Amino acid sequence: MKRFLYELSESWKIAVAQMRSNKTRSTLTALGVVIGIVAVTLMGTAIGGIQVGFDKSMAIFGDDVLYVSQWPWKRVDDWWNYRDRKKIKTEYAEPINRIIAATPNSNLVIAVPTSSLLRSVKNGQSEVSNVLIRGTVSDYLITSTFDFKEGRFFNDVESRGGANVCVIGYDVADALFPSESPIEKSVLINGQPFRVVGVISRQGTFLGLFSLDSIVVMPLPAFQKYFSAKSDSDVLVKVKDKTRLAEARDELTGVMRRVRGLPPEKKDDFSINEQQALKSTLDPIKNSIAIAGLFITGLSLFVGAIGIMNITFVSVKERTREIGTRKALGARRRTILLQFLIESASLCLLGGFIGLGVAYVMCTGIGQAFPSFPIQFSLGLVLVSMAVSILTGLFSGFAPAWSASRLDPVAALRYE
Amino acid sequence: MTSDTRLSDSIIIDIENITKDYVMGEEIVHALRGVSLQIHSNEYLAIMGPSGSGKSTLMNMLGCLDTPSSGRYEFNGRDVSSMTDDELASIRNREIGFVFQTFNLLPRADSLRNVELPLIYAGMDPETRRERAAHVLREVGLDDRLHHKPNELSGGQRQRVAIARALVNDPSIILADEPTGNLDSKTGDEIMTLFENLYQRGHTIILVTHEADIANHARRTVRLRDGLIESDDGGFGGIDNLPVEDPLPANATVY
Repeated sequence: MKRFLYELSESWKIAVAQMRSNKTRSTLTALGVVIGIVAVTLMGTAIGGIQVGFDKSMAIFGDDVLYVSQWPWKRVDDWWNYRDRKKIKTEYAEPINRIIAATPNSNLVIAVPTSSLLRSVKNGQSEVSNVLIRGTVSDYLITSTFDFKEGRFFNDVESRGGANVCVIGYDVADALFPSESPIEKSVLINGQPFRVVGVISRQGTFLGLFSLDSIVVMPLPAFQKYFSAKSDSDVLVKVKDKTRLAEARDELTGVMRRVRGLPPEKKDDFSINEQQALKSTLDPIKNSIAIAGLFITGLSLFVGAIGIMNITFVSVKERTREIGTRKALGARRRTILLQFLIESASLCLLGGFIGLGVAYVMCTGIGQAFPSFPIQFSLGLVLVSMAVSILTGLFSGFAPAWSASRLDPVAALRYE
Repeated sequence: MTSDTRLSDSIIIDIENITKDYVMGEEIVHALRGVSLQIHSNEYLAIMGPSGSGKSTLMNMLGCLDTPSSGRYEFNGRDVSSMTDDELASIRNREIGFVFQTFNLLPRADSLRNVELPLIYAGMDPETRRERAAHVLREVGLDDRLHHKPNELSGGQRQRVAIARALVNDPSIILADEPTGNLDSKTGDEIMTLFENLYQRGHTIILVTHEADIANHARRTVRLRDGLIESDDGGFGGIDNLPVEDPLPANATVY
């Protein structure tokens, strides 16, 4: 064991001396690994970022809320079967709530109607277009996950009375009221003034596609009064216990069939959606992006590994006589094998360190340039990169090191 | 290692009828065709012969760098011919000190580290091996060159480092292959004096050379020709085997 440690430290010294005496060559070879590690690390960071963004976007839907909609949240091949379904009406919320209240031990808590469309929002000369205008009731808060930056949500009285009040998203507030509080100010939608009672704190984007902060929420009667045409309606139903989502789903299906008055032989003419279903639709896409990305960047690391292998072969060739001398002095096969393995591994590790440093700087740069892009530079990633570089070194050094260890000492000593 | 105790009755190397065949392209080369030799402790032996006589092959056999095609080889009573590579490495490490014509020092390591190398492979701890290496370097007269790299040393000094490296593991034999071949005659003489001193202090030395005046330093001369021992003076002068044009005055003066 002790002997092995001495051999190890000897190999390490040789490796360092070798790198120092062949600076250019070592640098160029390590560069291949640097590029590979940078590519893989950045890809890992991007995948981590996508994952975090994905989870964050998914959280918006809440994991204990069921959505009653016309369309399912997945790709359908028979879209014509869905197109002619009756639209979901906000009025369904009332009978659903009645049935829930009448059902003992119901898995459902409350149904909340929502209705949405896109409109421009104005304040004086400032205007924000394509804002999601959503009409709902004050119970909407129960099914939502957002907090308020300032102000409050509209109350039950405003909700029922259809008062011209609204709650605005962070982006809308930022664009229309850059230097003042929007509370108690008015915004114009379709020429109608709405008094702002609250500002929702920042929500970010959904999968980086569109902003969740470009939104205005108002009482449903007011919405219906001004925007009823061409709006899409859903009913959100809060579940009591999210671990019993399947039962809640079955119960809600039964409730909706009663509301719609469907006879038993007819199929459902509505869809009940949930976050999990959306996730399982999007997960394979996300995973295949990750695998493809890692594979392609992995190729560049592989090219780096071939560079290391090549240079280790050259090094073995150049030092054939040295290997012969070492063998004459009593170096065993294992000793020689170890020497060249450590040489290639430390070269790779050096490349890995530099690569990680470069990747870190680039990540920080990207993070500052595009704050919305979620960057994940974790300790785990550092450890994985280091492990990958060492493994790359061992992998690429093995063939040349093996050939060195098998050299015939007589031939090696005579080698010119 | 007291200077006057000659353990001449103990046999270190005992080879019997060994052969070595090489395949070179289509041809089989019979480098050794049946060589028998016994070498005792504290002998000073020269192996001579023209190139192609098989002396290098014999040296590789004696140095346990290679194994014979047939025949028996016992080193200190152990059968070498059937040993694995790693067992041979261990014999070389502990029992044999090599001195090469081209010195074969590690270019980027200083004298001390070069001499330490066999001790590293023997698994000795750093302090002890540094001490040993420095001690042996002092013995060969390089007290002030411990931290010089080979390219900062003269040829003679390099060969001294190599000899120190051969001595450091206290081997049973020192095997020197044309040790003066790359040195001028004056430096060569110094190296031969060093070998003489080592011999006087009880070491067993095997010289491989094609130069008669180098071989003359040895007490016994074995001549090879065409893979066979042509003559072996057995350490008793063997004047009949000496080349006529080059008599051996040195041989008589040493005793």
